[in-house]
Amino acid sequence: MVPIAYYLVLSAILFSIGVAAFLIKRNIITVFMSIELMLNAVNLAFIAFSRQWSQITGHLQVNGQIFVFFVMVVAAAEAAVGLAIIIAVFRARNTLNIDSIDLMKL
Amino acid sequence: MHLVLFIIFAGLCVAGALNLLLQRHPINSALSLIVVMSSLAVLYLLLGAEFLAAAQVIVYSGAIMVLFTFVIMLLNAGKEERTHGSKLAYIAGFPGAAALLGLLAFIFISRRGDFGQARIGDYLATTSDLSRVLFKDLLLPFEVTSILILIAILGAVALARKEH
Amino acid sequence: MTPDLHLWLIPLVPFAGFLVNGLLGRKAPRPFVTAIALIASLIPAIQVAVIVTKFGTLTLPYLEHHGAWIAAGAFHADFSFQLDQLTLVMLCVITGVGFLIHLYSVGYMAEEDGYWRFFAYMNLFLFFMLTLVLAENFLLMFVGWEGVGLASYLLIGFWFTRDSAANAGKKAFIVNRIGDFGFLIALFLLIAHFGSLSFGSVFAQIGARPDWQGGFLTAIALFLFLGAAGKSAQIPLYIWLPDAMEGPTPVSALIHAATMVTAGVYMVARTHLIYDRSPLALSVVAIIGVSTAFFAATIGILQTDIKRVLAYSTVSQLGYMFLACGVAAYSAGIFHLVTHAFFKALLFLAAGSIMHALSGEQDMRKMGGLRRKIPVTFWTMTAAVLAISGAPPLAGFVSKDEILYQAFISPNGGKVLWAVGLFTAGLTSFYMFRLWYLTFFGERRTAETLEEDRAAPVHARADTKLTLEADPHAHPVHESPWVMLIPLIILAILSVIGGWMGWPEGLGGSNWFAHFLSPAVNTVHLSYEQTTVALAAGTAATPTPAPAGDKQLEMLLALVSTAVAFFGWLFAHILYFAKPELPARLATRLHGAYTLIKNKYWVDEIYGALIVAPVLFLARWILGILIDRVVIDGGTLTAGYTAQGFGALIARIQSGNIRSYAGWLAFFAAILLLVSWFGLTTHFCLR
Repeated sequence: MVPIAYYLVLSAILFSIGVAAFLIKRNIITVFMSIELMLNAVNLAFIAFSRQWSQITGHLQVNGQIFVFFVMVVAAAEAAVGLAIIIAVFRARNTLNIDSIDLMKL
Repeated sequence: MHLVLFIIFAGLCVAGALNLLLQRHPINSALSLIVVMSSLAVLYLLLGAEFLAAAQVIVYSGAIMVLFTFVIMLLNAGKEERTHGSKLAYIAGFPGAAALLGLLAFIFISRRGDFGQARIGDYLATTSDLSRVLFKDLLLPFEVTSILILIAILGAVALARKEH
Repeated sequence: MTPDLHLWLIPLVPFAGFLVNGLLGRKAPRPFVTAIALIASLIPAIQVAVIVTKFGTLTLPYLEHHGAWIAAGAFHADFSFQLDQLTLVMLCVITGVGFLIHLYSVGYMAEEDGYWRFFAYMNLFLFFMLTLVLAENFLLMFVGWEGVGLASYLLIGFWFTRDSAANAGKKAFIVNRIGDFGFLIALFLLIAHFGSLSFGSVFAQIGARPDWQGGFLTAIALFLFLGAAGKSAQIPLYIWLPDAMEGPTPVSALIHAATMVTAGVYMVARTHLIYDRSPLALSVVAIIGVSTAFFAATIGILQTDIKRVLAYSTVSQLGYMFLACGVAAYSAGIFHLVTHAFFKALLFLAAGSIMHALSGEQDMRKMGGLRRKIPVTFWTMTAAVLAISGAPPLAGFVSKDEILYQAFISPNGGKVLWAVGLFTAGLTSFYMFRLWYLTFFGERRTAETLEEDRAAPVHARADTKLTLEADPHAHPVHESPWVMLIPLIILAILSVIGGWMGWPEGLGGSNWFAHFLSPAVNTVHLSYEQTTVALAAGTAATPTPAPAGDKQLEMLLALVSTAVAFFGWLFAHILYFAKPELPARLATRLHGAYTLIKNKYWVDEIYGALIVAPVLFLARWILGILIDRVVIDGGTLTAGYTAQGFGALIARIQSGNIRSYAGWLAFFAAILLLVSWFGLTTHFCLR
């Protein structure tokens, strides 16, 4: 018997590590991976909440899990497009360091 | 027993995430992320989401992370150099992340009574349960996601193509 | 049955002429412009002539009401015209002399590019001047007052590409403005005390209250006189008139001799009821008038520019008119206005004819020997010179003599006024004959011959020699075209016979003019003693009847004036014809006085240092740099720079660096979470 709160705390930890990785890492691909990590943490939280809601109402609630389903789909699509963009950027700038991709500054 | 399983795999998650943070070469980070995802799949199982656990392994670890690995290999990403990008990220970001973590943890732990306990085997969500909702109530979003995937494919192909 | 005179047509026809010539004149052919200009000035003259014939059948004052203008509570001012004897006299002068000068200008301005512009402005001037004299209330008169100032500015600066002309125009307008300020204060006082600006209403109220004297009436009168001093070039605001000679000569003739500068005199005569109640104001008017007459005459004796001599002469003669008004002899002042219009306009037009003959030469030191070359101009100008000098029986003699006589018999120091006026008449005669001799007699002095006697002041040589070959650049000295000569001849005739309508009773005449004008300018003569006694007793002052004409005194004074004029001629004859070396010796002997007068008493320079320089300093440094640049610009620029600074500060958020964006995101997400945890957002939402 595991308290659901532990799942949620784990989700929070993973999310924060994802944010930290986003802030620290300089390689684009690694940054992207940290985004995936954050998404996963959120998925865990959704499933934990769906389980909690099922326990509150007494019968199975799957809406949280449906949401995770969609998140996965979107993450996949996003990963595909994002990596394509990274490839395009790499072709243009020949570097994977996000600090050197700063043409959008004022 | 349940708790032990949880602790092992939760520990693996955290360790993998930290490894992602600390490794210098992106391929190492990618492999750590695969570990995280697989552990998460187990945790999903513990929570009774068996379809999603399978999907996690198949889609996330098996497709997305492989894609990542391919790209790393394609672009020949090497070890990270040290550059000074933005001090702000450290100054504002870390406290922000730490605050997030702290606050969330505090909330969850202080309310852990409200959340209750999860027992293995209760409230198993089978594939038929999921598909019942998916194809009846949420048919439209389902179809829309198929278009989304189509667009993503087109976009990826268009963006990554070599210019002639 | 009072016929409908359509007074409104009189000013509006010239205004229509202004519009047509102003809008279409640039591209129109010359004959078209000429025709419009002449028609626009002839029609009012014809209409005035018709009115003259109908005058006996009118009930006076004849009023025409053309609609309301201002209606503000109890106060209202309307577009109303009026006609009485005074207005009719002014109308005759303005339209008659105006038309003659328009005719003259056709010839004089024939070679100008701005021909159409000139006539447009002249018609505009006529419109405003006619409005001024036809106005039935002070406000409409003020419209005309301001308008003639505007037209004067436009015409003085007609050759606006010349700096001196542009500056002269500005000077005229600005000095006029100072006078107009006085006029405006008077208008405000009138509204405050009488509640109306209509002549009829104000004068009726004054007439109904014989106990009103002095006090606020003095204030009104003095402020009105300030306006008159500006418009009619009296001390201390006369400085613009000599500079106004930068304009074309017909402008000087019409505006600065015959009509605009006389607007002040007209105004004083029109409002004589106010002046009659204030002996102080009358004394001020008389003293300033006679001082200006004397002062300007002294300057005139040493000027070398022919138009400047005439300008100072105008200032001087205007002083005479104000002297007349100051001794409450308003009809004498108006009479001198009429005769002065004749001979001064003639003098200016003849001067223009001389300048035309000499291809633009204005310096009398370079003239001479023109008597036989331009005979018509010579004879007409002689008539004018005789008239202004006061030689009987010409016009100037009659009117000037009337003024001097009225001054002599007026109480409270009239004899002093008479003496100064008499001496000024001698000076007038002197400098006019000086001009006459220098211009027409002796031998022609050109720039080359002038070099030989650079140091000496002007003189004319007694022997005559042709010097035509010395100046091959200009075309030879020739008489003006007939279109310029006809007005000269007409004005010369008027200068000779114009005085006969006011021939004084003392010399056997009937003084038709004064009797004609008296219903409009009936004077009620008060003196200091009467007013102080009455104020102390709390009753109305009983006026003394106007002193009865003493025929023998009049005859005696006329003889004295004639003698003085004769001596003026004699001095001029000696100095500039018989013994031409004498002026040089006198100049060196009386060097101090000579320099003082030659430099016009340095009045312009004094004004420049005392008034203009501080104002310029204030404008340039205090207002320009301190307030405009430092305070206002500084304030707005500071606001701008502050905004920019803040913007730059905040723009650093957009560094293009993804990691810093992520940092901000994380930070603010945490803040959001904190805020919503502690329930702050719910408070906002519920509101």
